[in-house]
Amino acid sequence: MSTTSIRGASAIVGVADDASPTGQLEIGGRALEAAMIEQALSDAGLTIADVDGVCHTGSSMALAEYLGVHPRFTESTNTGGSSFEVHVEHAAAAIAAGLAEVVISVYASTPRGDRARAGGAGGSWGRRPPFGGGPNPGAEWEMPSGIRMPMGAYALAATRHMALYGTTPEQLAQIAVSTRQWATKNPKARYQDPITIDDVLSSPMQTSPLHLLDCCLVTDGAGAFVMTSAERAKSLRKAPAYVLGVGTCHDHAMISQMPDLSTTAGTISGPAAFGMAGIKPSDVDLLMGYDSFTITALLHLEDLGFCEKGEGGPFAEDGKLGPGGSFPMNTNGGGLSYTHPGMYGMFLLVEAVRQLRGESGQRQLSNPNIAVAHGSGGALSCMSTVVLGTEAALS
Amino acid sequence: MTTTETPRELPRRMEPPESPVSEPFWAATRERRLLVQWCLDCEKSVFYPRETCPGCLGTNLEWREASGNGTLYAFTVNHLSPNPAGGEGPFAVAIVELAEGPRMMTNVVGLPLDELKVGMELQVTWDELTDGRHYPMFEPPGGSK
Repeated sequence: MSTTSIRGASAIVGVADDASPTGQLEIGGRALEAAMIEQALSDAGLTIADVDGVCHTGSSMALAEYLGVHPRFTESTNTGGSSFEVHVEHAAAAIAAGLAEVVISVYASTPRGDRARAGGAGGSWGRRPPFGGGPNPGAEWEMPSGIRMPMGAYALAATRHMALYGTTPEQLAQIAVSTRQWATKNPKARYQDPITIDDVLSSPMQTSPLHLLDCCLVTDGAGAFVMTSAERAKSLRKAPAYVLGVGTCHDHAMISQMPDLSTTAGTISGPAAFGMAGIKPSDVDLLMGYDSFTITALLHLEDLGFCEKGEGGPFAEDGKLGPGGSFPMNTNGGGLSYTHPGMYGMFLLVEAVRQLRGESGQRQLSNPNIAVAHGSGGALSCMSTVVLGTEAALS
Repeated sequence: MTTTETPRELPRRMEPPESPVSEPFWAATRERRLLVQWCLDCEKSVFYPRETCPGCLGTNLEWREASGNGTLYAFTVNHLSPNPAGGEGPFAVAIVELAEGPRMMTNVVGLPLDELKVGMELQVTWDELTDGRHYPMFEPPGGSK
């Protein structure tokens, strides 16, 4: 099976995202989605009339109807937070195969605004059907334990990792500290004040070993991207971020069914994407690694091969993930400090593209050529890896 | 960010809904017996209960009584939610690996929370539900410390 037809055949050519230091956005729903699509298309120098492919984590059919688009490529995959990396993967394959030429994906979620409007209701994880509907074994086999979801799932993975490898709360906390350092350089970030390891460790314990500051935010946020063929990308407004490699794997839905709580399916998706791209972990200039919790990001460092299994703690503890460090991760401030509306994977892609274009302002890296957006969805369930590169990385 | 929520009216423990395929599991808990499905073709345990074996998709499944022994695979001490086993304060949510192979999410009770240790041996104990079924929890061998 040849995969060379996907490498470099398409590019992300337009991006948009929105979030606020207040954590809340003024509008939501379709209006916010439409605004994101319009901004991303404008960014690319395209219009809605160019679109022939639509991706959405709910119903791409309903979204396309709202937008007045009649797509010939339609995609409603929902794998939680990694959905948007999966959309890139599928769109890249569709574009390479000639099934579509201009594909959009959009996400808008306003949990804070919704909660304010609903008078405080919220927190339905585990009691509602899983992504996409269907039976809900979690209600029978997990929720009666009193587990707090989703953070309890990640806490279980963290204690397992600590027991096997000696990972410490301080090492996990350093990931939150480094990520916050990046957020000080993002004027849209929810939190922009620096924090220390002590701040993390003295923040309230949620479900051990995760403290409040080990956990992602709950904020309103939205984003969109536009993809097209490499050929058409050359004539558009911005430098293309070529899709060099893609890979996805899920090995469970419920955390209690995860084959090994210390190792994610990123060990499959990462090497698949890197192999397609023809790169090694050491070639990566920026990792945008889904950080729903500090342990989530730590597992990506290991499972994508940036360090050995079990070495994520020592790898992170010297601060190399932060500004000026040798391995920048989550330069937008991450789900931990920028924004996390529920399915954060869209923001990984948007920041990766902006960094490759040199549009990331105060937090801009020095001439990055290869950026990886690695999404994690469900309860460490679905990992999806996208390797993006500049023109220089394409050849 | 605040973690406080409006108090909700919930039973002490969320009563597990019973799917048709798992009826024998829950029926056995009325007698405080722990059953696990086995695929007779693969000679492997199956948990959670299913209509078909995940692996061969065969339907040659039977219920067998488990020893009730296991080890602590992973745990977390929940500081946010009411304790479903009763009492005040934080409580342990765990994934326990049964001696027969499968892992299940549960509670660990009967020892100080700071004595929880991945790999420790445990045995099943039961929490009565309102309808006469019991919820399987785990405790140190020999009972509460």
